[in-house]
Amino acid sequence: MPRLSADARHNVRLEINGRAHEAEAEPRMLLTDFLRHRLGLTGTHVGCEHGVCGACTVQIDGAPARACLTLAVQADGASIRTVEGLAPEPGRLSVLQEAFRRHHALQCGFCTAGILMSLDWYLREKPDPSEAELREFLSGHICRCTGYVPIVAAALDAARRLRETGESK
Amino acid sequence: MKPAPFDYVRAGSLAETHDVLASEGGEAAVLAGGQSLVPLLSMRMARPKVLVDIMHVDELASLRVDGDAIYVGARLRQAELLGWPELAKHQPLLAHALPWVGHWQTRARGTVCGSVALADPSAELPLVLAALGGHVILSSRGAHRRVPADEFFQGIMSTARNDDELIEAVSFPCRRNGEGYAFREFARRHGDFAIVACAAIATEKSVRLAVGGVADRPVVRDFPEVSDEALGDFAAGLEARDDLHATASYRRMLVCKLGAETIAEAQACRA
Ligand SMILES: Cc1cc2nc3c(=O)[nH]c(=O)nc-3n(C[C@@H](O)[C@H](O)[C@H](O)COP(=O)(O)OP(=O)(O)OC[C@H]3O[C@@H](n4cnc5c(N)ncnc54)[C@H](O)[C@@H]3O)c2cc1C
Ligand code: FES
Ligand code: FES
Repeated sequence: MPRLSADARHNVRLEINGRAHEAEAEPRMLLTDFLRHRLGLTGTHVGCEHGVCGACTVQIDGAPARACLTLAVQADGASIRTVEGLAPEPGRLSVLQEAFRRHHALQCGFCTAGILMSLDWYLREKPDPSEAELREFLSGHICRCTGYVPIVAAALDAARRLRETGESK
Repeated sequence: MKPAPFDYVRAGSLAETHDVLASEGGEAAVLAGGQSLVPLLSMRMARPKVLVDIMHVDELASLRVDGDAIYVGARLRQAELLGWPELAKHQPLLAHALPWVGHWQTRARGTVCGSVALADPSAELPLVLAALGGHVILSSRGAHRRVPADEFFQGIMSTARNDDELIEAVSFPCRRNGEGYAFREFARRHGDFAIVACAAIATEKSVRLAVGGVADRPVVRDFPEVSDEALGDFAAGLEARDDLHATASYRRMLVCKLGAETIAEAQACRA
C-alpha cells in the first residue's frame, strides 16, 4: 500500500479518449486541473469547482461524472472520455454536436462540453427519451445563456437521427 | 477553491484501511465516491492529513440479500444500487428514494455508505435507513459492531462512528408482505438536497412516517391513527430550522401536506 505524500508529485497514468497518457500530480490536484494544465486538454471547462454546475463533466470508466470532484491520483488507471474525443475525425462533428449547432443549443459555450459528455452517454443508454426524462437528466447541468429549450430540442433531434441511422456517434 | 495538501493512500484491503484509520485517528478521512468530501476539501471545510481511498478494496464490493435485509458494501455506488434489477422487488422504498439523491452524474460516483457516513439531515438515504429501522455495520482493527440507524444518526453531520471505524456496510430491511411504501420530496430543483423529504410505510394496523430536512437528523414517528390533527401535532413538535431555503414554519407546513400525501400513497399501494 504505497502512501503518496502530500508535497511530492506522483505519476498518474490513465487512458483518455482511447490513448494512454501519463503526467505528474500532487495528491490534492483535481482531475479538472490535471486535464487542463498537465495535459493541455482545455475542452473540459471549470465553473463552480464543487460539483453543482456540471461544466467539468467527463465520462469516467463509462459513466458521466464531475472531473472537479475527482482527484487525479484517484483516477490513476481509469479510462476517461472528454469532449475532445467526441468528433469522429478532424473537420467532422458527431451527430450530437451537429444537432447542437443546428439548434443554437449553445451561446457562450461554457456549459456545452459538460452537457455533451452527459448526453453522449445518455442517448446511448436511452435512445428514445421523452422530453421530461431529458429535462430531469439535464438538471445536473446549469446553463446561464440558452434557457435550455434549444438544448432539449437538439438532444431530441440527435436522438431521432441516431435511431434512424443506427450510428453510435 | 483548491484543497489543502494531504497524503493519499489507495487501500488494497480491509486490513490496510483499518491500519490507516487506527494509526492516524481523526486526521484521516475515508475517501469513497468523493461527491461530498472533495467539495469539502476544496472549500477547506475539511483538512485531513491523509485520505484513504477504499474504492479498490474487494471485500467492500458486495450487494446481497442476507436473510431479511439488503446488505450494501461500502464500495457500492448509488447508481449500481439503483441499477440492480431486484431492487424494487426487495425494497421499494429504496427504489423510490434513490432517484432523488443528487443527479445521474453524482450517483455514478457517490456511494450508499458515503451518504450514510456524511449524515446530512436533508439526505434521502439516511432517511430511508431510519424509516426502515436498518443498521450500520462498523469495523475497526479487531472490532466489529452493528448500530441501529436511530442510534447512529446523532445530529447534523454527526454520527456514532468513531475515528478509527470504517462503515463496512449498511443493511436495509427487505420489504415485508402487507406493507406499502412511498417517498416524496420537495426541493427547489430536482437533484437538490430536500427542503422536506417524507418516507411512509403503511401496515394493516398503523402508519410510520419519517421526515428529513426538518430537524438535525431523520425523525421517525408511528401513527396508530392518521388524521390532520395528529400530523399537525407531529409537525409542531419537530425542531425545525430556518435557513436560506425555507423558514421553520414553512417546513412544518410542508411536513403536514407532503406527509399526508406520502401516507395516502403508501396506504394505497399496500399489498
Ligand atoms: C451537485 C450535488 C448534489 C447532491 N445532491 C444530493 C442530494 O440531493 N441528496 C443527497 O443525499 N446527497 C446529495 N449529494 C451528495 C452525494 O452525492 C454524495 O454521494 C454522498 O453524500 C457522499 O457519498 P460519497 O461516496 O461521495 O462519499 P465521500 O464524499 O467520499 O465521503 C463523504 C463523507 O463520508 C465519509 N465516508 C465515506 N464513506 C465512508 C465509509 N465507508 N466509512 C466511513 N466514513 C466514510 C468521508 O470521510 C466523508 O467525510 C450531492 C452532491 C453533489 C455534488
Ligand atoms: S466545475 Fe465541476 S461541477 Fe462545476
Ligand atoms: S451556453 Fe452559456 S452557459 Fe450554456
